[in-house]
Amino acid sequence: MSTPMTPGIAKARLPTETLAENFDDLHAAFAPHEAAVAADRCYFCHDAPCVTACPTDIDIPLFIRQISTGTPEAAAKTIFDQNILGGMCARVCPTEDLCEQACVREMAEGKPVEIGRLQRHATDTLMAKQSHPYERAPETGKKVAVVGAGPAGLACAHRLAMHGHEVTVYDAEAKAGGLNEFGIAAYKSTDDFAAREVDWLMGIGGITIKTGMRLGDDLKMDDLVGCFPAVFLAVGLGGVNALRNDGEDKEGVRDAVAFIKELRQASDLAALPVGRDVVVIGGGMTAVDVAVQSKLLGAQNVTIAYRRGRDRMSASGYEQDLAASKGVRLMFNAQLVAIHGNGAVREIELEYTADDGSGLKGTGETIRLAADQVFKAIGQTLTTDGDLELEGSKIAVTGAGRTSLAGVWAGGDCASGGDDLTVTAVAEGRDAAMDIHATLMEGA
Amino acid sequence: MADLTTDFLGIKSPNPFWLASAPPTDKEYNVRRAFEAGWGGVVWKTLGAEGPPVVNVNGPRYGAIYGADRRLLGLNNIELITDRPLETNLEEITRVKADYPDRAMIVSIMVPCEEQAWKDILPRVAATGADGIELNFGCPHGMSERGMGAAVGQVPEYIEMVTRWCKQYYDKPVIVKLTPNITDVRKPAAAAKRGGADAVSLINTINSITSVNLDTMSPEPSIDGKGSHGGYCGPAVKPIAMSMVSEIARDSETHGLPISGIGGVTTWRDAAEFISLGCGNVQVCTAVMTYGFKIVQEMISGLSQWMDEKGYTSVEEVVGRAVPNVTDWQYLNLNYIAKAKISQDDCIKCGRCYAACEDTSHQAIAMSEDRTFSVIDEECVACNLCVDVCPVENCITMEAMVPGEVDPRTGKVVEKDYANWTTHPNNPGAVAAE
Repeated sequence: MSTPMTPGIAKARLPTETLAENFDDLHAAFAPHEAAVAADRCYFCHDAPCVTACPTDIDIPLFIRQISTGTPEAAAKTIFDQNILGGMCARVCPTEDLCEQACVREMAEGKPVEIGRLQRHATDTLMAKQSHPYERAPETGKKVAVVGAGPAGLACAHRLAMHGHEVTVYDAEAKAGGLNEFGIAAYKSTDDFAAREVDWLMGIGGITIKTGMRLGDDLKMDDLVGCFPAVFLAVGLGGVNALRNDGEDKEGVRDAVAFIKELRQASDLAALPVGRDVVVIGGGMTAVDVAVQSKLLGAQNVTIAYRRGRDRMSASGYEQDLAASKGVRLMFNAQLVAIHGNGAVREIELEYTADDGSGLKGTGETIRLAADQVFKAIGQTLTTDGDLELEGSKIAVTGAGRTSLAGVWAGGDCASGGDDLTVTAVAEGRDAAMDIHATLMEGA
Repeated sequence: MADLTTDFLGIKSPNPFWLASAPPTDKEYNVRRAFEAGWGGVVWKTLGAEGPPVVNVNGPRYGAIYGADRRLLGLNNIELITDRPLETNLEEITRVKADYPDRAMIVSIMVPCEEQAWKDILPRVAATGADGIELNFGCPHGMSERGMGAAVGQVPEYIEMVTRWCKQYYDKPVIVKLTPNITDVRKPAAAAKRGGADAVSLINTINSITSVNLDTMSPEPSIDGKGSHGGYCGPAVKPIAMSMVSEIARDSETHGLPISGIGGVTTWRDAAEFISLGCGNVQVCTAVMTYGFKIVQEMISGLSQWMDEKGYTSVEEVVGRAVPNVTDWQYLNLNYIAKAKISQDDCIKCGRCYAACEDTSHQAIAMSEDRTFSVIDEECVACNLCVDVCPVENCITMEAMVPGEVDPRTGKVVEKDYANWTTHPNNPGAVAAE
């Protein structure tokens, strides 16, 4: 068996039991008593700021009151009415930037009501008790295609199915779930939650999922538009930005997204190789996810190198603290210059940067870090646009996800506007579904 | 540090904090520990007549009402008087009093409404060396069905009669404990005074059902599927108790009758409030049943600190200080005009004041896009609801308007002179102020 000190990229750096502990729930589920204590802290604010801060507008004070009065199932219904993926969002939402940041007790005491964990308590309770809480409306006979079975696609499909439409969901991967299944740090979605949530969501009926169908390859936009009166595109961002530095092609340099995907699908974490000296290039959530998980797999040294200052890092303060607490080193104002090594990466060279107001510039001073594994986490790109108009690098949408082509809607990370968050994707999928429903039922 | 020594009916105690007659004072073990913890006195749990002791239920005896975080706000009980032999209690009282001569030892008694029953027990109680007795005319459950407790306390004539017997056959102070389960507490208090009582203590517990089990449809506490009303006490009853205390303190017939205040005393502040309304001391039960005997340390330090800050050198100086300010509604100054004021620095923007005022009161709070809440003086009647629902203490205050200013709500100048309902033009019975 190898250890964290073993040179190069190696499997099983930590004992199986340690790996299991490391990848256990980041926040354990509330026991009923903990939930009661946490729920009692909610002030039931008027026109609550937490609701305003929630991209899906969940009535948070109401669901917390429902928990505190002993009806977590009713609380879950309040959540699912707005966000059918409320279970996953409870686990992965950056609540510290959303509802919990807006909580008046954050302002008053620096300790918000633990909304995310309460939401998980409610949704877990209902999902454990009941097969599916919604009934499907009588069939309308209308068919809709949803491309992409990630959060936006699933939310859209569920809402459409609930209104009686017949939905076919296509996904390029072998499994539904999108980033819930293939992205997101493993310790945020334990016990195969993403897959269980998809199964539970499918309980509405009227949804067929077809996997292994990639838009542009097996699936043509023209065919879709020809066969379905409405198409919702939620294909996400399939590409990864390149570093464009010397040595990017060296052995040991890979996409963070691909590594996380492999990790999420691994049945045995000990079989997953990781470097002794890992460097992550980037400053977003993906950078933190890959860095922390590398550390948890047993890497000896993990460094996140971000070219700008801490204040510009898109990973939240909470995520930065999480990384630091797991032993990840955060380097700011350090941009990649070159990747060195004979065949395989050995070192990376970084240049310090500064921004005097006229843009980010290298200072000329460089530093080299030992590295046997380098993860690229500098953003993802749209790979399929279906020949639609773009806004920047994303599919241009107006209103509730309407694209430049009649009958085609888009939402989630592939569409313009909104943050690239699970919860935002759910909101966009849901809202597009309502617009599609209204359009399909016009004159009906 | 202010001297908390209290002289109540000639009974001295190192502080005004006594334990009320209840489970905490049912036996020697508890009372010794209470004295060690610092309690100034105890009223021993009610003794019954010689003979087979009463029996208690063997299921739940208490029911509760909670605030946030399961903070116990109200407790009710269906426990009866002591269920231990009379002789055992008397022996223990004797031993404890001998060992703690500086603490007040009062014995609570409840025997049938017959002269002989009182004649029998009083000499035996006197022999213990206890400092006085308290007549339990208050318990609303169980014993009242047998013609004792509240059944006596609800009939002023019985109170007077029994009190008189006690004064006849016992030569130390007699305190009459009153039940709140009546319409006018001044009547039984006056009866006690006529009977020769040295003091009254109040309130005993209030008839109550704390909850209903919605699975079994039984009231709680439930004994094999049935429930009975119990006696309610704890912080929730304090306002009721203080009102009754104040009624006795300011009524011409009972004014000056010493009062031992009981009902939800949980902190030094509660005690100071009862004392200011005319109580010579206070009795505590629910708070110790919730937190243990140790809380008396906070009560002692808190009352001392407050008295020092206010310049009071004895508890006696505080007794009844607030009584002159308790009046009838008709004498309240209708020319006093206040407006709510929200401190924007303290506001946490929860909007509860807005919801309360907008939905249920006078639509006198405005809410801006950025959640700034401000009072609309043109609508504000100073009802205080916003203050009461605000989670931040002193964030919203009621500011009195200065005479000469114009009240934007009525357009009238604020008068500096006092004027009440008795002379108000809208009062058909008004006396012309000539």
